[in-house]
Amino acid sequence: MNTELSIQNDSNSSNTSDLVVCIRNLEKSFGENHVLKNFNFKLYKGESIVVLGKSGSGKSVLVKCIIGLLYPDAGTIQVLGKNIPDLNHDELDRIRVKVGFLFQSNALYDSMTVRENLEFPLRRHWIKMDKEEVNSLVMEALGNVGLEETIDMMPSELSGGMRKRIALARTLILKPEIILYDEPTTGLDPITSTEISNLIVDVQKKYNTSSIVISHDMNCVKIVANKIVMLVDGTNYISDTYKELQKSKDIKISSFFK
Amino acid sequence: MASEKFQNFIDETGDIARFTGRFFKELFKPRFEFNEFFRQCFFIGYKSFPLVAITAFIMGLVITIQSRPTLVEFGAESWLPRMVSVSLIREIAPVITALICAGKIGSGIGAELGSMKVTEQIDAMEVSGTNPFKFLVVTRVITTTLMIPILAVLADAISLYGGFLGANIHGVVSWDLFWNQVFDTLAFGDVVPSIIKTYFFGFAIGIIGCYKGFNTNKGTEGVGIAANSAVVISSLLVFILDLLAVQITDILGLN
Ligand SMILES: Nc1ncnc2c1ncn2[C@@H]1O[C@H](COP(=O)(O)OP(=O)(O)OP(=O)(O)O)[C@@H](O)[C@H]1O
Ligand SMILES: [Mg+2]
Repeated sequence: MNTELSIQNDSNSSNTSDLVVCIRNLEKSFGENHVLKNFNFKLYKGESIVVLGKSGSGKSVLVKCIIGLLYPDAGTIQVLGKNIPDLNHDELDRIRVKVGFLFQSNALYDSMTVRENLEFPLRRHWIKMDKEEVNSLVMEALGNVGLEETIDMMPSELSGGMRKRIALARTLILKPEIILYDEPTTGLDPITSTEISNLIVDVQKKYNTSSIVISHDMNCVKIVANKIVMLVDGTNYISDTYKELQKSKDIKISSFFK
Repeated sequence: MASEKFQNFIDETGDIARFTGRFFKELFKPRFEFNEFFRQCFFIGYKSFPLVAITAFIMGLVITIQSRPTLVEFGAESWLPRMVSVSLIREIAPVITALICAGKIGSGIGAELGSMKVTEQIDAMEVSGTNPFKFLVVTRVITTTLMIPILAVLADAISLYGGFLGANIHGVVSWDLFWNQVFDTLAFGDVVPSIIKTYFFGFAIGIIGCYKGFNTNKGTEGVGIAANSAVVISSLLVFILDLLAVQITDILGLN
């Protein structure tokens, strides 16, 4: 397939051992609603790919399949060498330690304070961690998003943008190897959006993480994308850099770059 | 139409049975969530106490006042404490406690887990390596199973106190006389089966609330439906279990 080839061409420099996510012929439907059809995708180490597509095109479904929250109808999803649909619960859990997930809805636990929210992902390590360590990780994560003062607040006391940043801090706290961001900047003002986008780039550089970013905030896309994959009609329509796609005459593409 | 409803009923019963099966499977997996359990004990037990206490007190008072005229008619007024204590301990206090808890706790759990489900908080737990079934469901079901009997025993005592005041409104029944009569009357067969059945009430309330919340869909509207149907089904189950309990104690000859 054309798009498949172009992905490989773009990543000539990387060899296959650097391949962290590889999706082949992914299919997913809900009843009659065929959301993903023959979707193919590759993510190499240190890369940051933006998935672009209109609302309801199946972007959230795609990332939920990658993290194992949704079970695909067909196809393979290799994450760090393991095929997600084949894994049992414990194996899946071991992969999930290395994969961070930012929910589109933030999914902050609203019965817990910000501190407890951030400590929650650390629970899997509690046996090995002491209080000091936990505390310093929490403070570091909050520092990253510039919200140290909210530590004892409840999520309901925060603004929408602050909630998004706390959710981001919670995703980053375990320093995952792969991070899936589902619309990290949607609904934020341009300044905060730029800050968050820069943070995503910083994290990627600092910890050499690989990321899949879902976004239709072009400001954010421009900052974070090494490459853009367009999701149209349930499949990977085209894959290229921001600069190239910007020049495109194809209406399906250019309508995003206005 | 009717057959479709019946089919739904059968399906749901099957789902609840499977959910209960999963509860027992997860119950014995390692790492019990003690912190969450104690937190729930506080919320479910302590916070429901005032409501249960007020209701139990009023029930004791009212039942005694209402029973008096009939007994007076038969010249059996002195039997008032005996009669009232048996009906309070055997039936009224445990069932009223369970119904109050089905309303307060069942709907609370249904709404809480339901909104966690629709706002993807349960998915978030799943991906961050905490088993949401153990963390949310197992702790809550154990809490209701242990707390509702405690609340019911407290309700027993409070309703009897209400009964004492009720008996005292007209003729003077002394404190000692009242309690002597009560404890003379109440036998093993009155007290123990009525406590045992409250464990089942508690379990049913917890399981149904969690089941409804955990399986919520359709957004915020679904949260309301989950809370509502948790109350309806668990109240109904309380009555069905009560009926079964009566039959069983009857067969065992404890009546
Ligand atoms: N759990 C589900 N059950 C049934 N249908 C679903 C479910 N999740 C998603 N869908 C359907 O899948 C399609 C894609 O949804 P998805 O949430 O992935 O869109 P999206 O691309 O993330 O859109 P947005 O940009 O608005 O977030 C939609 O038509 C939606 O109705
Ligand atoms: Mg989405």
